[in-house]
Amino acid sequence: MSQFWINFIFVIGSFVIYTWIAIWARARTTREFYIAGGEVNPVVNGMATAADWLSAASFISVAGLISVGYVNSSFIMGWTGGYVLLATLLAPYLRRFGAYTVPDFVGKRYASKGARVVAVLCLVIISLTYVIGQMTGAGVAFARFLEVSSSTGLLISAFVVFVYAVLGGMKGVTYTQVAQYIVLILAFTIPAAYLSVMMTGHVLPQSGLFGQHLASGEPLLQKLNQVVRDLGFQDYTADVSNKWNMFLFTLTLMVGTAGLPHVIIRFFTVPNIQDARWSAAWALVFIALFYTTVPALAAMSRLNLLETFYPNGPRAAPLVYEERPEWVKNWETTGLLKFEDKNKDGHIQFYNGANKDFTEKAEWAKTWQGNELTVNNDILVLALPEVANMPAWLIGLMAAGGIAAALSTASGLLMAISSAVSHDLLKNTLMPHLTEKQELLNARIAMVGAIIIATWLGLNPPGFAAQTVALAFGMAAATIFPALVLGIFVDRINAKGAIAGMIAGGLFTVVYIFLYLGWFFIPGTNSFPNTPEHWVLGISPLSVGCIGAMINIITSLVVSNATERPSEEVRAMVRRVRYP
Amino acid sequence: MPKEISERDRAYWRANVRLIVFCLIVWATVSYGFGILLRPWLMGIQFGGADLGFWFAQQGAILTFLALVFFYSWRMNRLDKEFGLEE
Repeated sequence: MSQFWINFIFVIGSFVIYTWIAIWARARTTREFYIAGGEVNPVVNGMATAADWLSAASFISVAGLISVGYVNSSFIMGWTGGYVLLATLLAPYLRRFGAYTVPDFVGKRYASKGARVVAVLCLVIISLTYVIGQMTGAGVAFARFLEVSSSTGLLISAFVVFVYAVLGGMKGVTYTQVAQYIVLILAFTIPAAYLSVMMTGHVLPQSGLFGQHLASGEPLLQKLNQVVRDLGFQDYTADVSNKWNMFLFTLTLMVGTAGLPHVIIRFFTVPNIQDARWSAAWALVFIALFYTTVPALAAMSRLNLLETFYPNGPRAAPLVYEERPEWVKNWETTGLLKFEDKNKDGHIQFYNGANKDFTEKAEWAKTWQGNELTVNNDILVLALPEVANMPAWLIGLMAAGGIAAALSTASGLLMAISSAVSHDLLKNTLMPHLTEKQELLNARIAMVGAIIIATWLGLNPPGFAAQTVALAFGMAAATIFPALVLGIFVDRINAKGAIAGMIAGGLFTVVYIFLYLGWFFIPGTNSFPNTPEHWVLGISPLSVGCIGAMINIITSLVVSNATERPSEEVRAMVRRVRYP
Repeated sequence: MPKEISERDRAYWRANVRLIVFCLIVWATVSYGFGILLRPWLMGIQFGGADLGFWFAQQGAILTFLALVFFYSWRMNRLDKEFGLEE
């Protein structure tokens, strides 16, 4: 059987499971549509949360990011550490409060339609930015493994999400996410374990990372450091000089994670506050399984890739282009791998050509005329099965896993958008007379609308699609997170304070990002070059969200204290969130 | 009628906030501390081809987060029981 048909069976097989779950988990009431009836088991919800969280980008691109070296550890800590904030500061209280959506809590707690609408606006900006990447990610995974164009892949994925999200709402999304988690975690950890055994003899990649490199007998990381140093790159484990920015970036990712609406709403689906706590803990178990594997895969993949091009070590002659392995040829056709023989010697010199100090001093690099191989970092994961000669069924599993990661996150985001539109914008602001049945119909229509918009944006990605990290995490940190935490922990905050805080924090963050990355991300419109010398106090636009959060908190406190005390009903509500 | 806050309620909330503060101190120490800012001081401690700071940044912080969320859930759920606030 050819690889195509194996991939086809895995992907279609997983789709059949998702559709079957959708039919089984149809939503009959708004309570089922918005929060899956509020009766999801905490462990099951933890698994669904992990699938919600692990996106197409986590599956395909994060290992590539981490393989740059220590500096990108921010992503690993940031995308797990946010769950400590969620578990202690948000999830339990929001569950006790019993809201259907994030703006629903904001609207009720601050007793204000204005606050509710501002929260909806922030939620839509955050979730739409995020969902475009998922749609294109699903398309890319399809194109790679099933030989269709990425647009066709995107449309097929949109249709599958359509079936289970419109039918089942949160209930359908929850149980398909569980299935998707299982597919994606197997697809990620099995190849990682395979590579780990091959390179270090450890079955657990997490311990292999700090184990011995079998071929050389040296510790893996020490070997990797030496190889990259011999090619003019910075040491893999080298410390960074701009700790301040690394600190702020990690903080922004953590606070942003805790403020992402599609993650928060998952905790509304468990039966009670005790389960919400357990559920946050279980979610982190399933997420940690992934994020502790990532750094191991990153380091091993990078070393393995370099060893492919320097079979006798970096100081000996590199691979001859005509003798390159089959997988290199496959990836050259996709454009993710490019070779240009600059010194016309027929060998592939893959090194850091920009490092002048290295090119002048290194004896073995005297005849090199510049780096000859351009490698897209996504290759580290996508090409892994071929690079490590894994069996065909594992490649099929990875295809299904990549698509599962994209679909599960997309459906969570679409759920957040559609419930905010139908419950907050329609039912609670514009059309308060909607009956339960009409609201359910409107929720389904909003879901259809959200899918159509996301699909269209995925097919015609606007400039901001690539800025998920800056825009979505920055905004979530600067708007939603402070509004929720202050609403629970500081009863003096009133509607005026919360609205002023969200607007001040959100605007500050967005403007700072636009100043460096271009107004509305239009290339060339940035007011300052995006380089460390031009950043205010050394803060990169990607790290600014936590400063936005501070501005939000200070603004909320100052404005609230200068205006009226919240009403007695609101204060009673806050008490009910703390101790019922 | 909004219910009065009793001394018992206050004690419950104080215990919760104390627990959160403890968890967040540990949370910040292992990630921002050991993983980032204090790494130069941990450089001397070798750990599997790298140093302890590197291990915290790529594994240790996450494992500590895990321990923290389970500890918090266990402790708070027990507190709920002691105060009769179970749902």
